[in-house]
Amino acid sequence: MSLFQYRLPEVHNMLHSKEVSVRELTEESLSVIAERDSKVHAFLTLNEEGARDQARALDDKLATGAARGLLFGLPAGIKDNIVTQGLRTTCASQFLNNFQPIYDATVVSKLRQADAVTIGKLNMDEFAMGGSNENSSFGAVRNPWDLERVPGGSSGGSAAAVAAGEVFFTLGSDTGGSIRQPASYCGVVGLKPTYGLVSRYGLVAFASSLDQIGPITRSVEDSAYVLQAIAGYDAQDSTSAKVSIPDYLSSLTGDISGLRIAVPKEYIGEGVDASVRESVLSALKVLEGLGAVWEEVSLPHTEYAVAAYYLLSSSEASSNLARFDGVRYGTRVDDGGGLLDLYHNSRSQGFGPEVKRRIMLGTYALSSGYYDAYYLKAQKVRTLIKQDFDEVFKKYDVVIGPTAPTTAFKLGSQTEDPLTMYLNDILTIPVSLAGIPAISIPCGFAEGLPVGLQIIGKEFDESTVLRVAHAFEQHTKHHKARPQM
Amino acid sequence: MSITVKDVQHVAKLARLQLSPEEEATFTEQMNAILQYAEKLNELDTENVEPTTHVLQVSNVMRDDVVKESLTQEEALLNAPEHEEGHFKVPAVLE
Repeated sequence: MSLFQYRLPEVHNMLHSKEVSVRELTEESLSVIAERDSKVHAFLTLNEEGARDQARALDDKLATGAARGLLFGLPAGIKDNIVTQGLRTTCASQFLNNFQPIYDATVVSKLRQADAVTIGKLNMDEFAMGGSNENSSFGAVRNPWDLERVPGGSSGGSAAAVAAGEVFFTLGSDTGGSIRQPASYCGVVGLKPTYGLVSRYGLVAFASSLDQIGPITRSVEDSAYVLQAIAGYDAQDSTSAKVSIPDYLSSLTGDISGLRIAVPKEYIGEGVDASVRESVLSALKVLEGLGAVWEEVSLPHTEYAVAAYYLLSSSEASSNLARFDGVRYGTRVDDGGGLLDLYHNSRSQGFGPEVKRRIMLGTYALSSGYYDAYYLKAQKVRTLIKQDFDEVFKKYDVVIGPTAPTTAFKLGSQTEDPLTMYLNDILTIPVSLAGIPAISIPCGFAEGLPVGLQIIGKEFDESTVLRVAHAFEQHTKHHKARPQM
Repeated sequence: MSITVKDVQHVAKLARLQLSPEEEATFTEQMNAILQYAEKLNELDTENVEPTTHVLQVSNVMRDDVVKESLTQEEALLNAPEHEEGHFKVPAVLE
């Protein structure tokens, strides 16, 4: 039986009683990767030597009886848009094929402080732009439940690695659903915290007003542990929130009696697969059985969210990605022309098609004469979407619906039409625009493929989101299912 | 409002991208489809709605003007494709 089938506290007990060593946990992770990753392709870079050194040091620490971190000894994977000092970080882009970061992201330092072991860097859509992982410049990730299907994106490697049992947990990033949607497709737990709760220092920026780092795990309990380790104010991130961090683990009480749940009719209506809707409705029955009550509500501006999101995120991306100029790092294509030629050539050869498309869209939306019509308009619609949630949260504790309208689709089936691909994120994007927290947890299967339940909370109320998700998990077995590989 | 290949060429220049004729044609078509979809936003009256630039009410973040440790020249140049005498190297800017 895999060591990664145990609960986190169980693994810690086994370490404490010397039944298992950190070295063994690390070797298990590396051997599962050796066996499975040629099929899944979740990892872009392995940190074998570094992980073994770290494991040895942690085993020494264990022997001395010194205080152990919250994530002691646990093998972790990190999405490849989060910088790791001395460990290649590519954002799955040819542009950064050989980029060696000179510092650690705050979340990476925090994982080290918590005594987690960094196993490697995870595949993704190039610069986190995409919902299927097919935009990786280094080849798509495959869904462990069906290797002919996508794992979702953009944190597809982060979700697939956990589903395949390659590591204990991973970090992903979410801009419009990039943690939750792949978690849903891969049958794992993905949490997008409130904007500002987790430091973005060292996260390669895509859309700065939306990007947020969060954990992908097999259980809600693990998610609470990882969040506890990475949340908190950071002076290095000017949009980091100065809020006190609660004890997330103590919120996992199993008690949700009297909980008021809002179910937006827009989230279970037209466009959502019948099998997904059924899974969500039966999940609501489980929650009802635990003493919660649910009512249908309306989030009337839902249908405008995707359009607003693509204008805003592409505009921010066009500005953020201006830094990739072929001078300070990354691809440089010098054909003997001037500086302008160097910029043009380096960027054109370094970026893939989806990244170029979004830079183009964003540049257009911000360009003279169009700013008011597109960018400003989208920012105003963002306000309306946020107000929809504010209104609902006056009466309800959480909002619940599916994470995605469908289960994982076949590789190559949506690559021709970017707009269709964008619409897969229709249920995660409004939450991102509002900046509020949400988790995706497994809630059933449709034709052998996992379905995700999305639980959305009030600003900085991760505790309630985790409590509800955990209560559901305690009374269901979906999260225990594993793909046959 | 629809955009032409000429618009795409102009935007590519602003974005410092060199597009092939095939890319120009594809992007013209796809950007038109996306922008047409974005027209949907005009169904909403936003005359009196404040724009949201940030969900958190953030204002300027200040800190004391204290000298702190920073990157060494060596570290800063570590990933530079070309450098010379401690500087990033670029082709001639003035011709």
